Amino acid sequence: MQEHIQLTQKEINRELLRGIFVWPKWWFASVSFLILVFLVGAGAFGYMINKGVGVTGLNRPVFWGVYMVNFVFWIGISHAGIMISAILRLTQAEWRRPITRAAEVLTVFSLMGAMFAAALVHTGRPWRAYWVFPYDFSRGVWMNVRSPLIWDPSAVNTYLIASSLFVFVALLPDLAIVRDRSRGWVRVMYSFMCLGWRGTPRQWKLQAVAGILLSALVLPVFVSVHSIVSWDFAVQIGTEGWHSTIFAPYFIIGAIHSGVSAVVTVMVLMVWLWKWDNYLRPDHFDAIGRLLIVVATTWFFFFFLEWVFALYTLEGPEIALRELQIFDWPMSGLFGLFLATAFFIPVPLWLFKRVRRNLLLMFLTTLLVNVGMWLERFLIIVPALLRKSPMIFDWGTYRPSIIEIFMVTAVFAWVTLGMLIFSKVFPLLPLFDIKESMVGRDEIKIGRRTVPASIRE
Amino acid sequence: MALSMNAAADIKSVIGLFQDPDPAADAMDALSEAGFTQAEYEVLTGTPYPEGTFGEAEPVHKLYRFPLLGAACGFIFGLLLTVGTQIAYPVVTGGKPILSIPPMAIVMYEGTMLGAIIMTVFGIVFESRLPRLFMGAYDDRITEGYIGIVVTTQKDRISNAEAVLKEAGAEDIKRGWEGD
Repeated sequence: MQEHIQLTQKEINRELLRGIFVWPKWWFASVSFLILVFLVGAGAFGYMINKGVGVTGLNRPVFWGVYMVNFVFWIGISHAGIMISAILRLTQAEWRRPITRAAEVLTVFSLMGAMFAAALVHTGRPWRAYWVFPYDFSRGVWMNVRSPLIWDPSAVNTYLIASSLFVFVALLPDLAIVRDRSRGWVRVMYSFMCLGWRGTPRQWKLQAVAGILLSALVLPVFVSVHSIVSWDFAVQIGTEGWHSTIFAPYFIIGAIHSGVSAVVTVMVLMVWLWKWDNYLRPDHFDAIGRLLIVVATTWFFFFFLEWVFALYTLEGPEIALRELQIFDWPMSGLFGLFLATAFFIPVPLWLFKRVRRNLLLMFLTTLLVNVGMWLERFLIIVPALLRKSPMIFDWGTYRPSIIEIFMVTAVFAWVTLGMLIFSKVFPLLPLFDIKESMVGRDEIKIGRRTVPASIRE
Repeated sequence: MALSMNAAADIKSVIGLFQDPDPAADAMDALSEAGFTQAEYEVLTGTPYPEGTFGEAEPVHKLYRFPLLGAACGFIFGLLLTVGTQIAYPVVTGGKPILSIPPMAIVMYEGTMLGAIIMTVFGIVFESRLPRLFMGAYDDRITEGYIGIVVTTQKDRISNAEAVLKEAGAEDIKRGWEGD
């Protein structure tokens, strides 16, 4: 049963704009700390640029290390927003309302983090990152469209632009609410950003159509992005463990698993930090917890299939790679940790309603999922490269350097910082969407019971 | 020209504020009965209400044309980009054809979707009649739950509109040209 708390529009404004108009001490402390972590990462990046990529643990034959792991991980997290927002919008799930904005914003900042991790860091020569764009004019050299390293920026940039525009369109009515509550130059700024929104029936109708239409348009992009990221690996026929036809759907469902988990983590933080428990009710955690069970189980099925397909051919190198992943220390330890954290600990717990409605347990289990999913990407990328392959005549080892660790941590700091700063400038919960649900809410009497009901066109 | 500017200067707007949808809908009916056309009055709300709640006409839009146009432009851009760049700088890799359809399709697909999405957002803004530089008659309480009925008409009919809004139960009436 949906738990309803009926609030007036004035109360909703006051509570949900607290994020913008109130300056708690923890916000300053968190932002200062995160800026520090980010600056340390930026310093490490500068050091790497100055000294060369030799300061990292990357060397023949392991050319892709934690930078690439981080790239795939953050692209995965970015699938949260569109999965939650677009699919739940299209299916008109009522419980989506307080969740969509945070999920979409998480998409935008994690995509930026992935771009930082990949485009600016992983290229080795980031000052030439613009070579992936169709920019010629003087060099006479164009990008190679047949390279996956061109597909990636085209997909990720499309997704970033699409997600940002998606957030912007849905923000317009809420920006008008902030405009009406502010004064002076702040009011001018919000007036400018909301484009003079007034709330006519025409504008509301367009807003409703926009939600559906943009969801339908962004979904195919969402599918393409992680498919293309998976093809970075799958089209390399010389590397065991990567050349798999199931990689695209396997990556997508893995992304949804980690992304939806990250949304739950953010939801819990919103309740704890901004006290938005009138809006994010145990019902919401219950609903998203059930969704997580489905997603996690589907992901595990794809993971299982990927292993079955790999072993079915009985090819020596493939079997040797799988043995390295599950029997050789330290990979075996990481593999066990990955399976436990990504599936075997959280999913059985989510089966219990009490767990799904418990914020602390949901916070911990969803954090565990993302520890596991980060390890999953590590176990896909690094062990496959450690082994001698036909074109690279070395066996190798890999240990991330402190420089890499600083930069990986900096991306985590960046995404968290982005969310915190966003929450100070823009409403992190969609006010107009929540108000709409309150307008169409009533209680109906059936026999001797009175049950809450949501009325929708 | 001078005549049309004078006519524009004679157009004024006034807003009546209501706390509940019922009197607001009654006010819309009363304005219609008083001879105001549907183009002269509109309702402003801080949250979406079901269409026709206030008896307003259903808004007509052409948003669906925008993504189609954008997708076509994006597809053509993607096609020209992939074909043009590969012909302009033909590097043979792995014995594969210069114009290889599968990778070209990826970039063209992304171009198509990007074009569709950008044009959709442009369409949303355009069809919503935004950006709007001058707010006219407006009140901050609308985003607090009040319902505003704005009448934009000839200056000499404004007092008539005010009387109708007051009669219908408006809690407050503000003139757009007088400010806060």
